[in-house]
Amino acid sequence: MTAYIIRRLWQMVPTMLGVILLVFLLFNWVGGDPAYVLAGKISNQEQIDNIRRQLGVDQPYWVQLWIFIKQVVTADFGASWSTNEKVSHILATRLGPSLTVVVPLLVLDALVSIALALAVAYVRGSLTDRLVMIVCTVGLSISILVYIIVFQYFFAYKLGWFPVQGWGNGLLENLFVYATLPILIGLVVSIAPSLRLYRTFVLDEINQDYVRTARAKGLSENRIMWIHVLRNASIPIITNLMSALPGLLLGAFLIERFFSIPGIGREVILAVERSDFPVIKALTVYVAFATMASNLLADLMYKAVDPRVQLK
Amino acid sequence: MNAVMTARQLPHAVSPGLWALAWKRLKSDRVGMVSLAIVAAFLIMMVLSGIGLVAKDWAAEVGVNYAPPSFVGADAEAGAPAAPAEPAPTPAPPSEYKSSVVDPIGDVIAELKAGRAPAAPVPDGQAAGADAPAVVDPLADVMKEIQTDRKGAAPAGPVAGDGKPIDPLADVMADIRKGTATTAEAVQARSPTLAFGGDKWGRDVLKKTIKGSETSIFVGLAAAVVATFLGTLFGAVSGYYGKWIDDFFNWFYAVFSSIPYLLLILAVAAVLQQKGTMTIILILGLTGWTGVFRLVRGEYLKHKAREYVQAADAIGASNARRMFVHIFPNISHVVLVQLSILVVAFIKSEVILSFLGFGVPVDVVSWGSMLNEAQNELILGKWWQLAAAGTAMALLVTAFSLLTDALRDALDPKLKGRMGA
Repeated sequence: MTAYIIRRLWQMVPTMLGVILLVFLLFNWVGGDPAYVLAGKISNQEQIDNIRRQLGVDQPYWVQLWIFIKQVVTADFGASWSTNEKVSHILATRLGPSLTVVVPLLVLDALVSIALALAVAYVRGSLTDRLVMIVCTVGLSISILVYIIVFQYFFAYKLGWFPVQGWGNGLLENLFVYATLPILIGLVVSIAPSLRLYRTFVLDEINQDYVRTARAKGLSENRIMWIHVLRNASIPIITNLMSALPGLLLGAFLIERFFSIPGIGREVILAVERSDFPVIKALTVYVAFATMASNLLADLMYKAVDPRVQLK
Repeated sequence: MNAVMTARQLPHAVSPGLWALAWKRLKSDRVGMVSLAIVAAFLIMMVLSGIGLVAKDWAAEVGVNYAPPSFVGADAEAGAPAAPAEPAPTPAPPSEYKSSVVDPIGDVIAELKAGRAPAAPVPDGQAAGADAPAVVDPLADVMKEIQTDRKGAAPAGPVAGDGKPIDPLADVMADIRKGTATTAEAVQARSPTLAFGGDKWGRDVLKKTIKGSETSIFVGLAAAVVATFLGTLFGAVSGYYGKWIDDFFNWFYAVFSSIPYLLLILAVAAVLQQKGTMTIILILGLTGWTGVFRLVRGEYLKHKAREYVQAADAIGASNARRMFVHIFPNISHVVLVQLSILVVAFIKSEVILSFLGFGVPVDVVSWGSMLNEAQNELILGKWWQLAAAGTAMALLVTAFSLLTDALRDALDPKLKGRMGA
């Protein structure tokens, strides 16, 4: 087990280097000279030279790359270009609000869509099943923007059940006042694809021999579905959940933007709008690392759920 | 002789190819055919709009501002500017959200409404008319100048393009003049209702949606073609040659797929400062190839050891020929399905990017930019632009997704029944 983890971590190194190289090429080579972005419209050559020296852009590429690698390793990306806030501080403070939205969303999404998937797969082929699938397909094709705009208008603005936007101080206040509607919208958007996917996972299991055996020995349908089928179907479900996690952190960016939640996603959009390269660079690199880590975690959880899985 | 001919032709006649079989299966799939028809209709609309046969004049301001759809009928608000030179614009009729007590910006909206209603054809010399637009209309001064100018040269008023050859805004001015020439004319020129409503400037939402579809679908299609091409090329090379080439591309794939797709797009959008339809196609195409790569590589791994490829090798077919003439047709169904999955994904991404302002330029209309405008309009109670763009997109994406499922079933019958995934 330990050997496996160490080997996997070791295998991550080239990928990490690749991510660093990609980000570096993108921002230092494709993006052109950042000094002009930073100096703005009113600038003279002296200022530009000065900025170039500070950023190290006047150095050869390999020195710049080394600077960037050092930044990644020491987690010190300097200060934001637009607000002069430390990038590490930005990331640390924005993570909380994002997690406040994303974690309940992920948990609720998993619970609701697994339950629905079991129910729908149980009555597969029936009118209910087909109706639910049609609703899912149509629901999937409506833009997330439409959901957010309509829900925000209707529930927050018109009915006044929730605050239109904003963010509080305490965790509970945020969770039950400000984050409720965003989580609700996230659920509506994410259940349709999850349900469709999980339904196929359950359908793969529901016709297996062990289900018939379980019925033959007189187990209740509830037990068959919730214990036997679910345990087997949960392997692909876990992969899906784990691989959704880093994406969700950003996927919520539209929601964060609409509801003015000071999270990671909103920070990305702000940074792109302001050409705030250090923030985007740091976020891209760290989110890529988080993705790799959660993939590893998913593989380890496989093993926990399904003893047949051989880690190699 | 004749018998020999028929005997020779017979095998060709009775054994249809993969595509003929797939087409037959697709034809028997009713949902698939309906989706195909809808998708085809959208594509035809895109082409027609692209060559300028439809919705060419989408930018023309044909209706009053926020003209409601005809099936709703002109409401009291739209009636205000339509009524010729009435006294002070009637304040917006009390609507549900204005009367709600908790509304913090109700006053602002009421003000906006009152200000906006008579904004375009400003009737001259009104106390309220001169005062209300000042709140919202940055061009109020210009308008007043135009009006006084027009009053001074009263008879020459409606003549378009009068003796200002170097004025870049001459056309616009002429338009405005025409608009303000007589109130009666203004009423005729700008209808109080439009087939599916009008936007802030009174442009026909229906035409705008058609034009927006053109942009969004074109971007989706073009980007999907770029991404599929890259993914297929990389996948083919990687799977076919194996060894260090495979290792290299796998590393490349791991790097790209470890950065969440949207973040990568946003990062590229941040770096490429210039906006344009081409830029967004490239952004989406260069970042979205990973899924195609994975599948195509797998197929090439499987196929390169097959007998027909060995046979091709034996008759001296070059590597490139084996890869793209022999193997590719046998895996092209995988590519086609991936292409149509990508089109849907890219249309969705384009809408989001354009909504955020990182997508198409300002003068190009797309579903995303329409939704961006619609967001503010909805608060004023003007729901039609949101409905038009949202419905058009939902319709196309639903049809495209169902078509993808049908295609997958038709091309690979073994997978039948495993929809989703």
